[in-house]
Amino acid sequence: MNTDAVHTATLDTRGLLCPMPVIKTQNKIKTMENGETLLVIATDPGVKQDIPTWCRINGHEVLDISEKQLDILISIKVER
Amino acid sequence: MSLKRKAIALVSGGLDSMLAVKVVQEQGIEVEGVNFYTGFCVEGHTHAIRKKDAKKEKRNNALWVAETLGIKLHIEDISEEYKDIVINPKHGYGQNLNPCLDCKVFMVNQAQLMLNRARDLADDGGFDFIITGEVIGQRPKSQRKETMPLIARESGATDRLLRPLCAKNLPPTLPELEGWVNRDELHDFSGRNRKPQMELAAKYGLDEYAQPAGGCCFLTDKSYSDKLSDLWQARGERRYELDDIMLLKVGRHLRPKENFKMIISREEGENRFLEGYRKAFTHLVCTSHPGPLTLIDGDPSEDDLKLAARISTRFSKAREATEATVEIHYKGGVVKPLNIKPMSANDVKPEWHI
Ligand code: SF4
Repeated sequence: MNTDAVHTATLDTRGLLCPMPVIKTQNKIKTMENGETLLVIATDPGVKQDIPTWCRINGHEVLDISEKQLDILISIKVER
Repeated sequence: MSLKRKAIALVSGGLDSMLAVKVVQEQGIEVEGVNFYTGFCVEGHTHAIRKKDAKKEKRNNALWVAETLGIKLHIEDISEEYKDIVINPKHGYGQNLNPCLDCKVFMVNQAQLMLNRARDLADDGGFDFIITGEVIGQRPKSQRKETMPLIARESGATDRLLRPLCAKNLPPTLPELEGWVNRDELHDFSGRNRKPQMELAAKYGLDEYAQPAGGCCFLTDKSYSDKLSDLWQARGERRYELDDIMLLKVGRHLRPKENFKMIISREEGENRFLEGYRKAFTHLVCTSHPGPLTLIDGDPSEDDLKLAARISTRFSKAREATEATVEIHYKGGVVKPLNIKPMSANDVKPEWHI
């Protein structure tokens, strides 16, 4: 599920601390269309909380959250 | 039916801005929030870094406030533009290196620009005014009666800037004069007493909120400001990169000599964070005993590195040993092992600690 291939776009925020991953996600999604999907890769555990909150506020859907070694992968569907 | 008016609110994540939003929401105003990331925000960071805090729930308070109040939130990264404010504040600093007055002017101005932009876009309803959670007299420097009009004027927001928590102590603003909001239902809070805010929170049923002590950013913190001054002094110029100010939040900082500083991790979480900077810094790793990662910032000589190795092992399991082995990893990638005697506690001078 969480592979680059099935997503419209991928955003690598590894090494960045919150709120930077959220800001980057926000700015990336601004450029995307309804129904497209974004895979965010992060290392700050704060994203597990913050990105879903940001998505709820803005009406986007979190499809999946998973972890692969130190990486946290969040899959988002853009809803407009 | 009258047009639904819209306000843009500065949302810090603290109680005051939360209440300010709530007060105008209650009057039928539609609110969207904006939160600014300056690089110095207390949010997340250190909690994310330090392992001892790892189990604590980590959340971004501004996002949480927005969700609780049911408003949209834009988070803006202003860290680059913000440097100018920290380095060169027109109105000077507060108690530490916090340029609160300039900071407020800057943030309200950013909101004003958003307001103008939204107005230019015909398809967007646009915003009619800006709100903040400022309270007269709450902060000695930036939130005084005289500074309120100054912020309104210098930010360009003028009479479109409403402070719902202390509006009754100030001349009426456009939203009040136009009847978009009812002045009678705004507040007249002043001073450092937090009781009126807590009562209002209770009235609204808001029982959970963040209470940052002192201010919303690290610049109000004395020990943080000391580290930043030290950095500027050592470099001979007032300048910083984002990585510099991140590193000031992490580890023990010691300056045994003018030409170099040591950043010593205090625990596993910090160790992991500092590891991310290994390539950018000459660093020390104790190989004979478990110990912290130490980054060296500056321009140390070979003797200085030896001194640094002796100091850093003081903070490792080798502290009582007669000999320890430390690897010096030079910035270019060369590694050199060194056998040293860990420094005794008494020899680590208190004034080295920044
Ligand atoms: S505490 Fe920091 S963020 Fe808050 S107004 Fe002062 S300088 Fe700005």
